[in-house]
Amino acid sequence: MNSNNKVLSRKKITFVFFILIFLMFLIPIKNVIAQNDYPTDDQVNVIAKELYCPVCENIPLDVCPTQACAQWRALIKEKLIAGWSKDEIKQYFVDQYGDRVLAQPPARGLNWLVYILPPVVFVGGIVVVYLNLKKIKKSPEKILQDSTINNEKYLHEMEEALNDLNKKEDLT
Amino acid sequence: MLPNLGYGSLVITLIVSIYAIVSAVIGERKNLYKYVESARLALLLTFPLLTLTVISIVILLVNQNYEVQYVFNVTSSTMPTYLKVTALWGGQSGSLVFWAWLMAAFGSAVTLRKWDRDHDLLPWVIIVSSVTLAFFLIMIIAFENPFIRFWTLPSGGELVAMFAPAGSQLIHPFDGRGLNPLLRHPGMVIHPPMLYLGFVSFVIPYAFGMAALITGRSDDRWIRLTRRWTLVAWMFLSIGLILGSRWAYDVLGWGGYWAWDPVENAAFMPWLSGTAFLHSVMIQEKRGLFKRWNMILVIFTYSLVIFGTFLTRSGVLSSVHAFAQSAIGPMFFIYIGVSFIISLAFLIKRWDDLRSEGVMTSLLSRESLFLINNLLFIGILVVVFWGTVYPLISELFTGQKVTVGPPFYNSTTGPLFAGLLLLMGIAPLSAWGHSTWKTLGKALWIPATGSLTLLVVLFISGIRSIGALIGLTVASLAAFVTIYEFWRGMKARHNRSGENYLVALWKLTARNRRRYGGYVIHLSVVFMAIGIIGIELFQTETQGRIAPGESLSLAGYTVTFKNLAEFDVADGRNVARAVLSISKDGKDLGELYPRRDFYYDSQQPMTIPGVRSTIEDDLYVILVNWEQISSRGATFKVFHNPLINWLWYGGILLVIGSFIAAWPDPEKEIELAPSRIMKKETGRLVSKP
Repeated sequence: MNSNNKVLSRKKITFVFFILIFLMFLIPIKNVIAQNDYPTDDQVNVIAKELYCPVCENIPLDVCPTQACAQWRALIKEKLIAGWSKDEIKQYFVDQYGDRVLAQPPARGLNWLVYILPPVVFVGGIVVVYLNLKKIKKSPEKILQDSTINNEKYLHEMEEALNDLNKKEDLT
Repeated sequence: MLPNLGYGSLVITLIVSIYAIVSAVIGERKNLYKYVESARLALLLTFPLLTLTVISIVILLVNQNYEVQYVFNVTSSTMPTYLKVTALWGGQSGSLVFWAWLMAAFGSAVTLRKWDRDHDLLPWVIIVSSVTLAFFLIMIIAFENPFIRFWTLPSGGELVAMFAPAGSQLIHPFDGRGLNPLLRHPGMVIHPPMLYLGFVSFVIPYAFGMAALITGRSDDRWIRLTRRWTLVAWMFLSIGLILGSRWAYDVLGWGGYWAWDPVENAAFMPWLSGTAFLHSVMIQEKRGLFKRWNMILVIFTYSLVIFGTFLTRSGVLSSVHAFAQSAIGPMFFIYIGVSFIISLAFLIKRWDDLRSEGVMTSLLSRESLFLINNLLFIGILVVVFWGTVYPLISELFTGQKVTVGPPFYNSTTGPLFAGLLLLMGIAPLSAWGHSTWKTLGKALWIPATGSLTLLVVLFISGIRSIGALIGLTVASLAAFVTIYEFWRGMKARHNRSGENYLVALWKLTARNRRRYGGYVIHLSVVFMAIGIIGIELFQTETQGRIAPGESLSLAGYTVTFKNLAEFDVADGRNVARAVLSISKDGKDLGELYPRRDFYYDSQQPMTIPGVRSTIEDDLYVILVNWEQISSRGATFKVFHNPLINWLWYGGILLVIGSFIAAWPDPEKEIELAPSRIMKKETGRLVSKP
């Protein structure tokens, strides 16, 4: 009985030992997975590139050299580690600092003007150009030009004809 | 002594320029030549007077007279002398003085020309130039005086004032704050003067345009008189923009050259309207069309020049409220509004007189294509203007600040620029007056075949970006057409007179500098387009933290971190400098030294990239961060910028082309328009019968 118990406890110890060994292997494996999931600078910059520094004027977050921006890039990294998506992170910055952190204004309210006005003005320009081009007609100048071309051709023919005539006269 | 001399000279210049305005108005109104001549001499005098002011500031800067607030703000004892001199345009007050000085120089230069046949224009040219000059002088004297000094009051308080308050003593600070580190780059030494030269030169065509409008001259004389001014102004503005881009690339440390920043846009907008104007005036010269449009363009360009200066000098860009609080912002705003309205009023008054002398006769004629060219330039201008001012409008009406950044500009202007490149490939082959599909197709098929072949080659080589394929195809069309035009001309001369091809090329260009100079500029634009397409569509980047001996790889390059050192240098910087070895496909390419400079005087850092440049690409490395104590690792950002150097080569070619186009021709007799002339003998302005 004792020997049986001893065998059983030895088996238990061996089992626990193997479990521990297995867990020991698991720990580094878990760490490796975590490292692989740890966002790279490039992954951070993909998002940072689409955000503008709330402090400095007109400088994207990925290249802004200020300490504040370095901290915001670190914040993006933290959010990525926490599993946030790109849109969630961008929205977080918008909520914190306003629409100005976005590379272009969101298309709503007055901001529609940004997107509508240039095409409207450009179409207006096209109409003006069209109206000018519509006036195109075969004007006297065009006829003059055509006649100039014909005249040149005519003069050339005349010169050739005169040369021929001179040659004939020389022969006679 | 010197501050008083410089300030006194400023005040006298203002008085003289106001006198020039009054005298010119009296001379014009009363038809008295002596008053106009007196006004001319007065405008001429403004240049030496303002030169005295400029010399005073420069001496104060070089001698480190820190009791002068401007000197204190923009220089420090560690700055080299050449930077102390260029600090003249390194701050608000100095740059306005520099602007005014250039205006006086150009105004004076204009008065020195022969006016025998254009005396009716002279009073108005003087008035417009002097009004512009006087406005800037008022801004300087009233709000941005560069000579104000620090004083200690008897009560112990401190004050900044031009003249000594009773019982006060001058304060002599030990050292100055120093110039903004970003402005200590050699590019910055040349960039602002070029930009200002461009800005100020555009005042002259405007002055002549207004003179023609006011005097009722509807001919193209004012355009012919200012053609070279316009071209020179355009060239300086172009050089300024290119140098600014190069400076941004070298100093701002973000791997790009153009960020559509409002300050950049401020200089770009007059360039756009000026370029449209340069093309449009040719239509008036050749065909007598678009007289009104040319007036509108020159008015726009002048207004945008002042608007650009307003944007950069008023503080409006940081906040609408900063503009309202700034001293000169509202004044600039009023001046732009008033000058624009007055100009438009004169234009409306003369609207009927500026009727076109002919009509367009063909959809494919040169003038029709130039009209479309103008539409595209103005389209880009509208986009840039709106993108620049919208954040201010948003802040004003909603209190919400927004950013209008590169994605907006790139998507809206990209197709318009592609359209311009296409026109650049077609228009040179179309004729003035009349072109048909047949004649154009006959001239175009050889270059077009070359471009389509290139398109196929690019596609086979693996390029799939639609933007790149379209952009490079239309750019190549413009290049092939330009080269084809040179070749046709050379061949014609060679066949006719037996000249060898090089002599034929030289004489061809010399005989028609404007045309062939323009073609060289077209080629330069193609070069720049290639560079822009390369960096905008094919730029790649990576960033990583590496220890000594470790590497980052990008686009076939391997960047290996060797070491990093931190040290102080004599000019007041702390430098953190990394040494990187570069290799490509196993071949050693040498070392790069990206660094971060920290300026003690201004407490500002500056990121200087390490760049390896070839005609093919740039490898551009920035030192982002490092461990200051152990230097065991550092973070680098590596950019691969394909074809970027074509942008700079294009810039050099543009200058060459502009010189060719602007080089003076032998004096030619120009037909006089029927108009009023000045008779010196009688001293009265009379009208030609």
